[in-house]
Amino acid sequence: MVTRGFTGRRPPEATRERLPPGQYLTEDFPVLQLGPTPRIDLDRWRFTLREGSRPLKTWTWAEFEALPRTTWSGDIHCVTKWSKFDTAWEGVSFDDILAAAGIAAPTGFLLAEGYDDYTTNLPVADLAGAKAMVATRYAGAPITPDHGGPARLLVPHLYFWKSAKWVKGLRFTQRDEAGFWELRGYHMYGDPWREQRFTGD
Amino acid sequence: MIEPDARPLAWQRATILAITPVTPRVRSYRLGVAFDRPAHAGQHVDLRLTAPDGYQAQRSYSIASAPDDSGTIELLIEGLSDGEVSVFFEEVAAVGDEIELRGPIGGSFVWVPEDGGPLLLVGGGSGIVPLLAMLRHRAAAAPDVRSLLIYSVREGAEAIAREELLDRARDEPGFDLMLNVTREGGGRRLDAALMAEALDRLGTPRHVYACGSNAFVEAASNLLLDAGLAPGTIRTERFGG
Repeated sequence: MVTRGFTGRRPPEATRERLPPGQYLTEDFPVLQLGPTPRIDLDRWRFTLREGSRPLKTWTWAEFEALPRTTWSGDIHCVTKWSKFDTAWEGVSFDDILAAAGIAAPTGFLLAEGYDDYTTNLPVADLAGAKAMVATRYAGAPITPDHGGPARLLVPHLYFWKSAKWVKGLRFTQRDEAGFWELRGYHMYGDPWREQRFTGD
Repeated sequence: MIEPDARPLAWQRATILAITPVTPRVRSYRLGVAFDRPAHAGQHVDLRLTAPDGYQAQRSYSIASAPDDSGTIELLIEGLSDGEVSVFFEEVAAVGDEIELRGPIGGSFVWVPEDGGPLLLVGGGSGIVPLLAMLRHRAAAAPDVRSLLIYSVREGAEAIAREELLDRARDEPGFDLMLNVTREGGGRRLDAALMAEALDRLGTPRHVYACGSNAFVEAASNLLLDAGLAPGTIRTERFGG
């Protein structure tokens, strides 16, 4: 439906090609979160892989920082419509985390879990093969608390609610179990290029 | 938790029924739209505008009106010169126009009467909008729930629904208002003393909702944590970077 009198402000073609449908480019870095920024003591920080409730492997901060590092630069897309281009992250890839644990992924799905009790579900296939990392640095500096520091998941090809802030572990699940937003009407997968914002999109 | 609805959230047409100035920069838009599912105070809608060549722009706006059966909602939209959707509303939109929207959206920053109180609402600037929906809903559906609103604005003239809030504070026994102006005579930012006064007047809140800029919400929620509130009682919604 054409909106009477609306012409819009089209971004340049080069920008439009990089924007998924319904998104606009922002230069700043908006913060979206459910509650207060958690207060996380690095001395007590742990990152744990679990299968169901059973722990498979736990790292302290120093142990996690000693894992092989990986970097990624590119565009991120939030379901609230903003996209940010050329973001630069550093952390430990999902592949390297599994290798360091000495395991293969035990199931095909998992829930990322945050220190704020946030959860979000992901297929293992969307993390493996250098598609995701647990990031600890953004733009060359430690990730600030309001952007998910000390460590957040980074799954940049999906809407950013999948990139859980303050991540404390990954819990492998037998089936694709809905996380916090997915239980509240958000799409189970969340591909920005197919505009999978909400259930049924 | 709000029960999820498995049905797709479809785009639908809404007619602008009335446009009313609220502050020098904010206008009220009353839209005629029938949702296919229950709405809850604190939720938002996505608006979609389409140009003749098919170019579209989407933005989210909180609903200011309480959920009711009027078949209408109220949005409060600030005229931001750099926003292509807000500029459309300020310069083009007229009564009788149709726009597309879908909603209601959001299952976290939501208050329903069964949640009860005491209810502490902390709003900065245009962050008042979803809190206004909660206050309006509380007055209509659960007036016994004790509530207090801290509303912080840079200048008094920017305060959205100022008269309504003052009237409610005078007329509604369970509602207390702390209007805080940061940039006019004697103005100050939110601080520990102000938060302590709010908690003293209200008692320990069961639910806190804070909405505004990221800096405002970060400051407010840190003050609340410092005051000893449990993180799980505080829900936040943030605008901008």
